[in-house]
Amino acid sequence: MKLREVKEILDAEVIIGDDKLDMEVKTAFGADLMSDVLAFAKAGGLLLTGLTNEQVIRTADILDIAAIIMVRGKRPTAESMALARDLDIPILTTKYILFETAGRLYTKGIVGCLDKVDAPSGHN
Amino acid sequence: MHPVDITEKNNYQRSFYVEGGNFTYAGIVSTSIKSILKKMDLPVDLVRKSAIVSYESEINIVSYAKKGVIKLTIDSRTIQIEAIDEGPGIPDIELAMQAGYSTADQRIREMGFGAGMGLSNIKRYADVFDLTSEVGKGTYLKMIINRI
Ligand SMILES: Nc1ncnc2c1ncn2[C@@H]1O[C@H](COP(=O)(O)OP(=O)(O)OP(=O)(O)O)[C@@H](O)[C@H]1O
Ligand SMILES: [Mg+2]
Repeated sequence: MKLREVKEILDAEVIIGDDKLDMEVKTAFGADLMSDVLAFAKAGGLLLTGLTNEQVIRTADILDIAAIIMVRGKRPTAESMALARDLDIPILTTKYILFETAGRLYTKGIVGCLDKVDAPSGHN
Repeated sequence: MHPVDITEKNNYQRSFYVEGGNFTYAGIVSTSIKSILKKMDLPVDLVRKSAIVSYESEINIVSYAKKGVIKLTIDSRTIQIEAIDEGPGIPDIELAMQAGYSTADQRIREMGFGAGMGLSNIKRYADVFDLTSEVGKGTYLKMIINRI
C-alpha cells in the first residue's frame, strides 16, 4: 500500500516526508531495541517504534528503512528531525499504541518483514 | 565529504575518527561509509552488511571506549572494516560475544542500545570476524565482507 494509506489507517501526522506519501510499502518491523532492528528489519519496510532519538534515524538510514512510524504519540526530538530531513527519511506519528498500530496495519495487508526468527535468540 | 571516484572501488582506503562518549555523532561514520560504498555502485546486500557491522562497532566505540578509528579498506575481493579503539578493553571475549550479555549503562539503553546483540549481529553479517582486546588498552575488531 502507499504511505498515504498508512497515514490514514493510523490517523497519523506526517512530520517529515509530505512529498513521499506515494511510496509503496509492504512490510514492517516493530521494536524499541535498535540492535533488534539491526538484526531483523529488512530494507524498504516500515519501522514502528517508541524511540525518538537520533539513533533511530541513523538505524533507519543504515538499513534503508522506508519510513519511521513513531507510536504512542511520540514525536522526534529536534535533532532527530533535522537528521531525518538531511537523510531524507519520512517520519509519521500516531497516537495508537504499538500493538494497535501493528494490528491495524496487518489487517489491511502489511506483513512482518519476517514472521519468525531462526533460533530462539535469533542467532546461529 | 570528499568525492568518491567509482574507479576507486578496487583500491580504496580511508580512516575515520570516532569520539568515545559522544552520542550526538554516534553513527555518522557509518552513514559516510555506507554512502561511499553506494557511490561506488557496490551490490546493495554488501553495502547493507558493511553498513550494519560498521554501525554496531561504531556504537560500541562511542559507548565503551575513549576514542577510536574505523578504517575502511576496499580491494577487488573484499570490503574490510577495522574498528580500533583505546579504552577499557574486553576482559572476557567469549562472554561479551554471548547474545544478551551487556554492561551498557542507562544512557546507552535510553538510545535503544545495550541489548547485548551487537557483537553477535556483526558476527552473523561479516564473513570474517576477528576480535582481540587488551584490558586497560583497547579493542581491535576486524570485519571482512567478501565481494566474491
Ligand atoms: N569496544 C569495546 N570496548 C569495551 N567493551 C566492549 C566493546 N565492545 C563491546 N564491549 C563489551 O561487550 C559487551 C557486548 O557488546 P555488544 O555490542 O554485543 O552488546 P551491547 O553493546 O551491550 O548491546 P547492543 O550492541 O545490542 O546494543 C558490551 O556490553 C561491553 O561490555
Ligand atoms: Mg553493541
